[in-house]
Amino acid sequence: MFETIAQHPIASALIALIGLALVFGALLGYAAVRFKVEGDPLVEQIDTLLPQTQCGQCGYPGCKPYAQAIANGDAINKCPPGGQTTINELADLLDVEAPTLDEEHGEESEVPTVAFIREDECIGCTKCIQACPMDAILGAAKQMHTVIVDECTGCDLCVEPCPVDCIDMIPVASGIRDWSWELPAASHEQADLIATDTGRGHTQRKTGEAA
Amino acid sequence: MTQLIKVWDIPGGVHPPENKAQSLIEPLTPLAIAPQLILPLNQHIGAPAKVLVEVGQQVLGGELLAEADGVFSAHVHAPTSGTVAAIVEHVVPHPSGMTDTCIILDTDGQDSWQPLDEAPDYQNLDKAALLARVRAAGIAGLGGAGFPTAVKLNPRANQPIDTLIINGTECEPYITADDILMQNRADEIIAGTQILSKLLGEPGRVVIGIEDNKPDAIATLREAAKDTRIEVVSFPTKYPSGGEKQLIQILTGREVPAGQIPASIGIVCQNVGTTAAVYRAVRFGEPLVKRITTVVGEALDTQRNVEVLLGTPIRFVLEQHGFNEKKASRLVMGGPMMGFSLPDTSVPLVKTTNCILAPTRKELPPPSPAQACIRCGMCAEACPADLLPQQLFWYAQSEDLEKLEAHNLFDCIECGACSFVCPSHIPLVQYYRAAKGEIRQHRIDKEKSDRSRRRFEFRKERIAKEEAEKEAKRLARKKAAEEAKKKLAEQKAATGDAKTAPAPAPADDEKQRAKLERIVAAAEDSLKQAQKPLEDATDEQREKQQARIKQADVKLKAAQDKLAALGAATSAEPAPTDKAAPAKAAADDPVSAAIERAKAKVAMSPEDKLRSSLESLYKRLAKAEDKAREAREQDSDKADALEQGVSKLKEKIASTQKELDELTPSNVAEPTPRDPSTSDTSGGATADAASNAIEKAKARAAAMSTMSAADKLRNQVDSLEARLEKSRARLSKAEAENDENIDAFKAGVEKLEVKLAATREQLAQQNEQA
Repeated sequence: MFETIAQHPIASALIALIGLALVFGALLGYAAVRFKVEGDPLVEQIDTLLPQTQCGQCGYPGCKPYAQAIANGDAINKCPPGGQTTINELADLLDVEAPTLDEEHGEESEVPTVAFIREDECIGCTKCIQACPMDAILGAAKQMHTVIVDECTGCDLCVEPCPVDCIDMIPVASGIRDWSWELPAASHEQADLIATDTGRGHTQRKTGEAA
Repeated sequence: MTQLIKVWDIPGGVHPPENKAQSLIEPLTPLAIAPQLILPLNQHIGAPAKVLVEVGQQVLGGELLAEADGVFSAHVHAPTSGTVAAIVEHVVPHPSGMTDTCIILDTDGQDSWQPLDEAPDYQNLDKAALLARVRAAGIAGLGGAGFPTAVKLNPRANQPIDTLIINGTECEPYITADDILMQNRADEIIAGTQILSKLLGEPGRVVIGIEDNKPDAIATLREAAKDTRIEVVSFPTKYPSGGEKQLIQILTGREVPAGQIPASIGIVCQNVGTTAAVYRAVRFGEPLVKRITTVVGEALDTQRNVEVLLGTPIRFVLEQHGFNEKKASRLVMGGPMMGFSLPDTSVPLVKTTNCILAPTRKELPPPSPAQACIRCGMCAEACPADLLPQQLFWYAQSEDLEKLEAHNLFDCIECGACSFVCPSHIPLVQYYRAAKGEIRQHRIDKEKSDRSRRRFEFRKERIAKEEAEKEAKRLARKKAAEEAKKKLAEQKAATGDAKTAPAPAPADDEKQRAKLERIVAAAEDSLKQAQKPLEDATDEQREKQQARIKQADVKLKAAQDKLAALGAATSAEPAPTDKAAPAKAAADDPVSAAIERAKAKVAMSPEDKLRSSLESLYKRLAKAEDKAREAREQDSDKADALEQGVSKLKEKIASTQKELDELTPSNVAEPTPRDPSTSDTSGGATADAASNAIEKAKARAAAMSTMSAADKLRNQVDSLEARLEKSRARLSKAEAENDENIDAFKAGVEKLEVKLAATREQLAQQNEQA
């Protein structure tokens, strides 16, 4: 054995290398089949970042299709419900510069809204139920409908099909239990003040505010 | 011995001016009953309590006003007797300055109480009974957070408690409420500690921790705890050693893991005030309706500790202490490090209010303007939780939530030590609080969006399932129809020979004709009747009427057809009736017009129909060929499919042509017996061209005449079904290939479906008649 190797160093080296290549090739091939990733994982990742309102304002029929489109190279600034936060997150994920929201697809609303059906006026046509992507509207034909507030994403899609215009989008009530602290005013606004000069900072700030 | 107990140190910490002496000069005094008490339903962490009383109801002291809603909640009791004046939204002590539901109680000054459920032999009570008494008293942590005590005293079975710590640290400047409690009610605290110890299964170590700046309290407690196994430990003063996690580290050297509660390492920590309240609840059945609060600050004439009823408005408390509003810079609830400014003096005092601070401007100046962070690192040295405050500050400023979490923002206890030492006066804690709120909101949003996604996906799945079910049902129907058709054909094959071979006997013929004539007359009658009341009918009735007219018309037509087919010589008979009905109908505009149109369609001979379809086919062929050529030129992958379509169209044209050829002579032959005078002229030209076809046509005509109207309709339904099937197949193919004519295909399918439904209806009517 050792003698043959010693006698044919190049040949044995080649055989060893080829053997290794075959073994690892087989291993890699098996791994590629065994651990094959179904679908595009990027689409899933993008989909989790989107707000899932399924409102279609981006021009796609739902968040998943838009995620697919983004994965295929569409712009990431077409989601008004997600707003700048979502755009930033998407930019982070895709490692691109974060653009501002494309106003063409709608504006980011400050307060989240939910649909509200004025129940006295509802004629029970079930059109909004069919339009709701969330199944968040409860009702039956010729029966009054109502919105399950907790499930409503505020996508707006039920407003348009209503024949009697009895659906309003109302801002979500926020109470003491939803309250949280706000960030203090950015410090750079006050950066030019000299704190050691007692009182001057305040007067400057006041005049600045007045002006 | 107790002097030698080892204590550990915590990282960081600061030494702000203590300012504890001024409130300890005067003894603890109970405060008078305010004329009105405001009791928020949520004075604790968790769900707000549920109101049990009504407006106008008379209540006695200690009566339950609102009961705990679930486990993470606490009862609210009436602190004194009086009348429930209102249950309204009122400003509550909260940094947001927002309102919350409160019970407003007008006190009557009698302070009459309902009998309390005392338990002199409380030492013999079992754990469950003790816990029930604590829960019934509505006790929440009096140290500041307001965690429902009963929850904390009922740790999970898999978390054995080995150490009970009673927190008498009170590290926050100005506050002396616990100090004075320990000095005055050491016995209650010791007894309460023993109850807690029993509730927690007698942990191996029971220790009361006190900072060494309270020598009187330490001495009194040591004296009271002399004959017990309770250790009273003093340790060097440093802010914030009173924090739960910090105190645990000081007394045991153990650290509570990030994101976990002390019980996870076998420790339970309770405030001394809570401990005393537990004793009073267990021994006397006394609910938590009052607490000791430090009222302090240079803007007050009197600074002291008072025992005050919960719900007492801060304004009332301040009035009793000579509050000088002009001198005060602001009003703080809690201490100067962790408290918050009150928006309004109308807010009530609640279970967690350990201090009301009314400082002058000199005492607690308004915060200096923040300057840029100079990265001095003093905050990191001061942080008792070993965090990197400046790093957190940067990330909070840029709202980098992921990084904030990675830097353990949620381990921040918001003690304010970093803000205290910051030379740039950056309100660091406010940044952390805001960032925490944002992260929490983000988590909620994420959860909601996940739920939305699941719902949306379920909905899509459900719709797909419904479609599949519909499709399956349709296929089943089609199969059944095919089977029925086959059966029918078999029947016909069996009986057809017998029926067609012998010509109908004249006598029979006569009888049948009479019968048919009767049917025609009846149908005409009903048609007339149906049309008559139309003028003064409402819309709804009109619709019904139209349906009836249609039905009558169909009946009439069927009868006429039969009659026409019955005999050659009788052709004159149906003609007048045929005309009479529409003439009558013509008076009634929309209905009769529709009838006319329908009749015209029916009257359109199959030959014409074929011809028109042939024409359209030719047109389509031309178009398709054009398209195919175009596609071929552009080398599109649709070209193959298009060419296939062209060849199919060609085939169809050929078959239609053939059918037309076959039909032309037969069509001519058919009317021959009906009207000999006209048939001779029109039929003569083509008749000899296909003499054998005439024979065939005659056979067919005979078959047709024997065939009932229902059979005809059935045939029609079958053919329609076949066509629908074909067009559906085409549509699905188009869908698969993403054809641009998909809409046209869809429209075609829909039209066919409508037609099929109409024919089916007719068939059903026919069957009914039969």
